[in-house]
Amino acid sequence: MIYHISVSSVLRKTVCDLYTNLVTRPTGVAVRQAIEAALAELPEPNVTVIDFAQVKMLDFSCADEVVGKLLDFYQKAEGQPQRYFLIRGVHDGHLEAIEAVLERYNLAVIVEDESGTIRLVGTLDDGARRAWQVVNAHGRVNPQELERELGAPAETASRVLDTLSARRLVMWRDDGCVSLPQAL
Amino acid sequence: MTTVITVPPSLDDHTFEQVLEQLAPVPVDQKVLVDARHTRWASPYGLTALLTLAQTRGTQAAFTGPETEETASYWQRAGFYRYAEELFEMHGHVPRARAQAAESNVLLEITPVAKSDDVHDVVERIQSKAQQILVNELNLDPMATMRFAMTLSEVCQNIVEHAQTMGWVAVQTYRYRQRLGRRVVVIAVCDAGIGFRRSLESAPGRKLSDRWDDGMALEEAVIRGVSRFRDPGRGQGLAGVRRYVGRWDGKLSVRSGTARIALVPQWDDDLPMRENLPPLPGAQVQITIPERVPQR
Repeated sequence: MIYHISVSSVLRKTVCDLYTNLVTRPTGVAVRQAIEAALAELPEPNVTVIDFAQVKMLDFSCADEVVGKLLDFYQKAEGQPQRYFLIRGVHDGHLEAIEAVLERYNLAVIVEDESGTIRLVGTLDDGARRAWQVVNAHGRVNPQELERELGAPAETASRVLDTLSARRLVMWRDDGCVSLPQAL
Repeated sequence: MTTVITVPPSLDDHTFEQVLEQLAPVPVDQKVLVDARHTRWASPYGLTALLTLAQTRGTQAAFTGPETEETASYWQRAGFYRYAEELFEMHGHVPRARAQAAESNVLLEITPVAKSDDVHDVVERIQSKAQQILVNELNLDPMATMRFAMTLSEVCQNIVEHAQTMGWVAVQTYRYRQRLGRRVVVIAVCDAGIGFRRSLESAPGRKLSDRWDDGMALEEAVIRGVSRFRDPGRGQGLAGVRRYVGRWDGKLSVRSGTARIALVPQWDDDLPMRENLPPLPGAQVQITIPERVPQR
């Protein structure tokens, strides 16, 4: 299932209907808690699009709450919940704050910028990053195909896909992995 | 007995130390008269620090403002008198607020910051006014304007999260003849709260080293991004401010207690760390971003 959460709408509903900037930690906490409450109702597996369109500015404190803590919680949650995130509608100003918090938490996430370009941001080793690029380029890849693309042993290819899946950057479906934009 | 504290003719972050040196030997409950009659110019740091000084006194301080009409009028437009009248016992002429054209150099008049909503308000106001001046007059990249607002948000939040009291913020542009010969935009954020050292000391389980003092607390917070909160996401605000200031060849200085730390760009010759300064409670932050000069 795919769900869409407009951060701007959450901000206006939970904090103040006049605000267009996502700033201050209390604001970030309120927005994150509202998002978590919405996510708690959703069946798994799901891909949730966190949409920053209409958010003029995102400061580090809010990025920490709305991106860092949110993703970190589901990354570390017991039972490996099948919840995947894609961040949409970000500009360079948002990205600076998002990348800083991802680095702090050792997280990575798929981002779609305002022009629709998909990229992976955050911390990920080079091998896993190359594997993600292959999955993203093809939309769907199984270990044998990744083995051919990367020239890596089958065991390594399979392990890298498991890593990407564990980090919620691709989704296992049947015998292969699909990119999150493809899942959408 | 009232002790007269003379405000220098030009009041900025450096010359404000002269004010504090005069104040240091005066007991906190003793009356002081802050005499700014001969002051002709003040930076946003100077104005917000004067209000902060008033908040630190046990007995209400008296104040006489600049005699020069032009200076007094500018301080009025910058919002100084609005709050000075609440904090000081005012002596002499107090310029009245008049309906007039907004002061174009004042991007944000002196504004109290006490809670999260105040930070939202500051950011919304600066965005509406700063874009044109920062881009067209200081030649900053449009993206730099957004990061400028982010920086402003982070330094204001330090008051809300750490000071345990309210503080002041002001933003102005002016020509910095003394060191640069260029225009600059300056953010000043001052509070009379608990300061960096006490804030970090309040962290649960924190072990203090033998040389723990205001200077070390500033190093920990400003350089190493240490916060009183153990949460891994904390301490990023000042780190982001440092990155922004570095990217735009700016200067960051933070004073707290008896120490002052500065990230000093090439165009300035300030010391990175000053210690054993006359004490002032709280934290006083100044960020200076210079006009971009097109590359030849």
